[in-house]
Amino acid sequence: MIMGYADPFETLFAFQRALENRLSSDWLGSTTASTGAYPPVNVFQQGDDLVAIVELPGVNKEDLNIQAKENTIRIAGRKAIDYPEGVSLHRRERLSGVFDRTLVVPMQIDPNGIKAEYNDGLLALFIPRAEQDKPRTIKIK
Amino acid sequence: MAGQQELPVQQKREVEKAQEPTTPMRAFLPTTDIFETEDTLTVVLEMPGVDRDNIDVNVENGVLTVEGKINFSKYEGLQPIYSEYNIGPYRRTFRISSRVDQDKIRAELRDGVITLVLPKAEEAKPRRIEVK
Repeated sequence: MIMGYADPFETLFAFQRALENRLSSDWLGSTTASTGAYPPVNVFQQGDDLVAIVELPGVNKEDLNIQAKENTIRIAGRKAIDYPEGVSLHRRERLSGVFDRTLVVPMQIDPNGIKAEYNDGLLALFIPRAEQDKPRTIKIK
Repeated sequence: MAGQQELPVQQKREVEKAQEPTTPMRAFLPTTDIFETEDTLTVVLEMPGVDRDNIDVNVENGVLTVEGKINFSKYEGLQPIYSEYNIGPYRRTFRISSRVDQDKIRAELRDGVITLVLPKAEEAKPRRIEVK
C-alpha cells in the first residue's frame, strides 16, 4: 500500500520494493508466451478491479490496437522512429518495429467494460472484474 | 521490411551512481538517440510516465543533464500484483563536444518522448575553409 508513510521518499522506495517483489510473479502464469514480450506490463489491483499499466513511449495513439475477448486482452501496434534526412547519428538506442502481445487475465473480467487511456507514453487499461467473479460476503445465519 | 521488425523488450538500465544518493530510491537511464546536423545537436530521450512539469534540462560546463520525475500520486491506491518493469525517476548526463547556445535550447515532449534541440553556438559551427 502506498499510503501510511510519513516520509515521501520512504513511500516511493516502498512502492519500488513492492514492484520488485512482484517482478515476473506467476500471476499471469504460463498461460501464454506473454512474459518477456514487448511491451512490458505492470498489473495493479484497485479495489475489486484491475489496472494494467503498459510502457509504450513514442507510439501514436492511431497505431495502437487493443482488443478484448473473455479474459484475454490483445495489445498490438507499431512504433515508428523517423530521423530527419542528412543527420549524423551519434547514438541509437531507441528501437522501432511492430508488437503484438496477448495477456490472459487469470480471473473473470468484463471485456466490454475495459477502458484505455494513453498519456505520456503510458497505456493504462482499466479492467473491471466480472460481477459474478467479485467476492461476496456470506452472512452466517 | 525495415521498421516492421518485431520489438524486443529493452530492460531498463539503472543509473550508476558516481556519488551515493541520500535516498535509496532507484533511478533509471532513459533510452536515448543523439544525432547532429550542421546547426544543431538533437537528443531524444524516452521517459514514459513523465509529464511536462517534471522535466529538468540543464547544460553546464559542457555537460547536458536531463532529469524526469514520476508523479507517484497517480499510483495511489493501486496495489501491485504483477510487474515486469520498475518505476522511478529518469536521469542521464552527456558530455557534449560542441558548444551549444544554452538560451536557445528547445524541448518538446510527446507521448513520453522528450526531444531536445540544442543549437550550436556560432563558433562551433563548421566553417568552410577556402584553399588558396
